Amino acid sequence: MSTRNITKFKIGLASCGIAAGGEAVLAALREATDLPILEVGCIGHCYAEPIVEVCFDDGSSVMYGNVKADEKSIRNILALGTDDRFEIPEARKARESLKVLALAGRIVPTDLSDYTANGGYEGLKKALTLTPEEVINEVKISGLRGRGGGGFPTGTKWGFLAAKPGFDKTVICNADEGDPGAFMDRSLMESVPHQVLEGMLIAAYATGAGRLIIYCRAEYPLAIKHLKIAIEQINQAKLNDFGDRTVEISIKEGAGAFVCGEETALIASLEGQRGMPRFRPPFPTDRGYQDKPTMINNVETFGNIPVILREGGEVFAKTGSDGGRGTKLFALAGDLKYPGLVEVPMGTTLNEIVFEIGGADPGKVKAVQTGGPSGGCIPVELFDTPVDYDSLRSLGAIMGSGGMIVIGNDRCMVETARYFLDFTHRESCGKCTFCRVGTTRMYEILEKIVAGKGCENDLELLEDLGKKIKAGSLCGLGQTAPNPVLATLRYYRDEYLEHVNDHQCRARQCNALVDIALDKTKCIKCKLCIKTCPVNAISSDFVIDPAVCTRCNSCLDCCPKNAISRVAKGDKQ
Amino acid sequence: MEKDFGFLETIPADPGNLIKGLQLLQATEGYISNEGIRAAAKYFNRPEADVEGVVSFYAQFKRVKPGKFQISVCDGTACHLKGAPLIHEWLRQELDLRPGETAPDGVFSLETVACLGCCSLAPVMSVNGRVHGKLDRKTMMKILKEYAAK
Ligand SMILES: Cc1cc2nc3c(=O)[nH]c(=O)nc-3n(C[C@H](O)[C@H](O)[C@H](O)COP(=O)(O)O)c2cc1C
Ligand code: FES
Repeated sequence: MSTRNITKFKIGLASCGIAAGGEAVLAALREATDLPILEVGCIGHCYAEPIVEVCFDDGSSVMYGNVKADEKSIRNILALGTDDRFEIPEARKARESLKVLALAGRIVPTDLSDYTANGGYEGLKKALTLTPEEVINEVKISGLRGRGGGGFPTGTKWGFLAAKPGFDKTVICNADEGDPGAFMDRSLMESVPHQVLEGMLIAAYATGAGRLIIYCRAEYPLAIKHLKIAIEQINQAKLNDFGDRTVEISIKEGAGAFVCGEETALIASLEGQRGMPRFRPPFPTDRGYQDKPTMINNVETFGNIPVILREGGEVFAKTGSDGGRGTKLFALAGDLKYPGLVEVPMGTTLNEIVFEIGGADPGKVKAVQTGGPSGGCIPVELFDTPVDYDSLRSLGAIMGSGGMIVIGNDRCMVETARYFLDFTHRESCGKCTFCRVGTTRMYEILEKIVAGKGCENDLELLEDLGKKIKAGSLCGLGQTAPNPVLATLRYYRDEYLEHVNDHQCRARQCNALVDIALDKTKCIKCKLCIKTCPVNAISSDFVIDPAVCTRCNSCLDCCPKNAISRVAKGDKQ
Repeated sequence: MEKDFGFLETIPADPGNLIKGLQLLQATEGYISNEGIRAAAKYFNRPEADVEGVVSFYAQFKRVKPGKFQISVCDGTACHLKGAPLIHEWLRQELDLRPGETAPDGVFSLETVACLGCCSLAPVMSVNGRVHGKLDRKTMMKILKEYAAK
């Protein structure tokens, strides 16, 4: 060990690394050393960003996390000091199974040779030795189902497109990632853009498509940049040349509309229209982009394809459960210790993901929200449920595309439901009356309840509306929009009842039902709160005027003695 | 003075490229002006009402000129849970801005966005595209001061 020499450094510079200050660390490191520093993607441990990996000539490496850009931290790294050392938590190492993410954060995203040196494009090479039918068959054997939320068998979908004659067909990569709280697709595109593109090229070969389009949300500029570079490299290396055709690859930026993740809306958007879904049939594989046969798959679905071709469908199918084959990426965020991107075999339980991998505190978790605004919450009592396409559905939630938000005990479930309806009622495209008007009414009722003005009848009204919106909407947005409300009503009805009957919010989150109180026994009269209060609600003798106070928490944040807290309305401490 | 929208010609005039054209317009002008709508309608050969319809459909397009520093507060699920509403409240108190508004002096403007993909650093906001994570009142005030001094 003592003879090993440092050969290079790797620094995580995906969006999460940059937001955590990675660029400044890179600059500081550049100042301090002449050795190569590779800018890699995200290894999934976003909570520890900025991360610097020190690589040695014997192939080993050590990692540093939460690195600061100051001299002391950099010197510590160069001297291989013990401060800031980052080790992947053991529990997570044991549970995780890195297949799709195997190269994420390990290679330079925009270096084609780095990707090929690590097995990249071998899946495509293998595919080209097979007939298109054989490739589709391999995907069918793998049991891969769409990762965009719907879970449709991928091989079957490919078969539909392959059955259409000619090459005037389009394969679209759905990179709209609309669930506000999910970042699996972003991470894949930023960290291993070539892997996504390799999957798309294999799809083009297997289905006979002559055109590939990536529809990416504009909020992901780094992903778009990396994909553009990768596409250029593919064109240069002629990896898109199948002899009988050269596949044209392009990227289109979305313009910020959740509903555009729906297939027919996405196509309308690509054609320069308002992104409104239309009735199916005709299905896109019959009539899609520019009225030509079109097939849409999710980013992560494509990310799985090279793995399937490399190891074979049968081996791939060995991972996972009957509810889904292979692995699944989850974007873990919310009230837990280790937020980040994880990859686990399908069928891993919520307990394992949230507590063992995410490091959440068992006594402090109330629920987890899966599937974003289309999903539902699952209470902690049911965390032994395996996560796959089918199991969560029976609980009134869905696996969705992989967003997973851990909700702590100190969060209000009514407010959480209100939040999702706020999102969906604004994102409804307006085509179906039930969705447009219904979600707005549901939102208004929830606003009323969190303001302490609701009544018990409102709960029945919410349920009634929810059922009707689900039945009366054309696309998945309306069909799932009521889910967060229905699920919270099912599992946390008592919280709703407290809001409407007792005008209480036990989480002390709903501002209208909360007062701010100052504990005089803890107060040291430092007056920091008086100075900080932006609305001057605190008098010189430390009395908080509830009529002026906006419950903005500024005083709570600044109090050095934690003497100020949120209490039930009317409670004086 | 007549504005020059000649830059649109870098994109093929196919009506399907309207969104791309509008994105270019916004990148150049900072927002979509009335003149911009007229120019896009003419260039892409689509009725003005149609163009306005597309603009109003997508959250990305702004009809109001943004400030020198565009603050985008994330209100995605993770950020909401971790206190995005408080950040809005603090910004309202500090800058007297509500989402969608630009300050009269043109320095700051404020918008809400859904998920910047940095949920693990929640709550986050971005200023002119630069993401700042793990915000509390103190760091937010510091960031505002730094930009205001620029
Ligand atoms: C309102 C709505 C939003 C959607 N958003 C996305 C999205 O952001 N990304 C995605 O891949 N699929 C999304 N979908 C699902 C797609 O319509 C489609 O099922 C998926 O892209 C198919 O790919 P897959 O078979 O590989 O999952 C959405 C569906 C609906 C109804
Ligand atoms: S929820 Fe704010 S970055 Fe994702």
